[in-house]
Amino acid sequence: MGLTFIKALTASSSASLDFVDGTSSVVLDNTYNEYQFHFVNLHPATNAYYPAFKASVNGGSSYGVATTTTYVRAMHAESGATSFGYIDGYDAAQSTDPIYMAEDVGHDDADKSMSGKMTLYDPSSTTYVKHFTIETDAYNGGDEQAHQLVAGYVNTTSAVDAIQFLFSDGNMDEGTIYMYGVS
Amino acid sequence: MAKTLISTPLNITTSDTAVSTVDITSGIDDTYSVYEFHFYNIHASDDDAELQFQVNASDGADWNDSPLTTTFFSAYHNEDDSGTPALSYHTGHDIANAATFQNIHYNLWNNVNESGMSGSMTLYDPSSTTYVKHFISRVSSDGFAMASDVHMAGYINDTTDITEIRFKISAGTIDAGIIKMFGVS
Repeated sequence: MGLTFIKALTASSSASLDFVDGTSSVVLDNTYNEYQFHFVNLHPATNAYYPAFKASVNGGSSYGVATTTTYVRAMHAESGATSFGYIDGYDAAQSTDPIYMAEDVGHDDADKSMSGKMTLYDPSSTTYVKHFTIETDAYNGGDEQAHQLVAGYVNTTSAVDAIQFLFSDGNMDEGTIYMYGVS
Repeated sequence: MAKTLISTPLNITTSDTAVSTVDITSGIDDTYSVYEFHFYNIHASDDDAELQFQVNASDGADWNDSPLTTTFFSAYHNEDDSGTPALSYHTGHDIANAATFQNIHYNLWNNVNESGMSGSMTLYDPSSTTYVKHFISRVSSDGFAMASDVHMAGYINDTTDITEIRFKISAGTIDAGIIKMFGVS
């Protein structure tokens, strides 16, 4: 199994970073059965907003396909408090809103960000829904470290041909997302 | 190819070359934004030994200058199906902003030769001079006849570039195992 680099997009006070099949060298079709997106230091322009994604089935003309997820988080404050478990409310149930990959990434300190990885399976299938898994680590606004495990499916049998990454509100100040195909 | 083998800092197949620490002092720089460390069949000389790590920033030394904040949880299940399989957070294996060694795993088992631990840890953007450095690991082991799926993550709370990493065993030595370092680009 090998990773083939496809595209890197870097934010600069960007509303979103969009990976659209057939645009700017992006391949998101049946060339690969599996795609990976590696997130490096996504940093919001506004405090305490959630890094998220939306899928598209029409080449990015619109984003927001019904998606259902689970959301597990381990959190540890620098001051010592911990929490661990399923977070009801950050998951999604047939939601067309931004699908959370972490929460509350801090803007208040310049060194706060989120990094991690999303794997998207067989986006070009016209038979099955589109499964994905996400694992991220974030430095939150409350000086907390948070480790997220998110998984789910985009509930469509149409081919997913574009993915948009964004914050739930405000711009993505900085950060790079690397896209790979797995073969 | 986007995943490149940089080095194999540990490659032990016989106990006469056992080590207590593995220091990677080159190859961690801005060449890659993402580094992966893969662990293959790490076997300890002592029961209950724990594989751990710490780092040096470019202005640091002695593996004690960069504070970590981490979380640590695992799922486990006994081979004989005794007890209740569980998913739990380990308050004794996390760190709250302290420059100490972080466990990647726990509960290694020396008594059985075929027992060990395998998995990987990803380190993001170690050369950043703006952000903390995130890391995520997941490993699997069979210590004490129990399957363990161990998840650890956190950040190095240091905006100086990280250039070195040390893996060490909490007791005794690593008497078998392989560690490989990859760059992802």
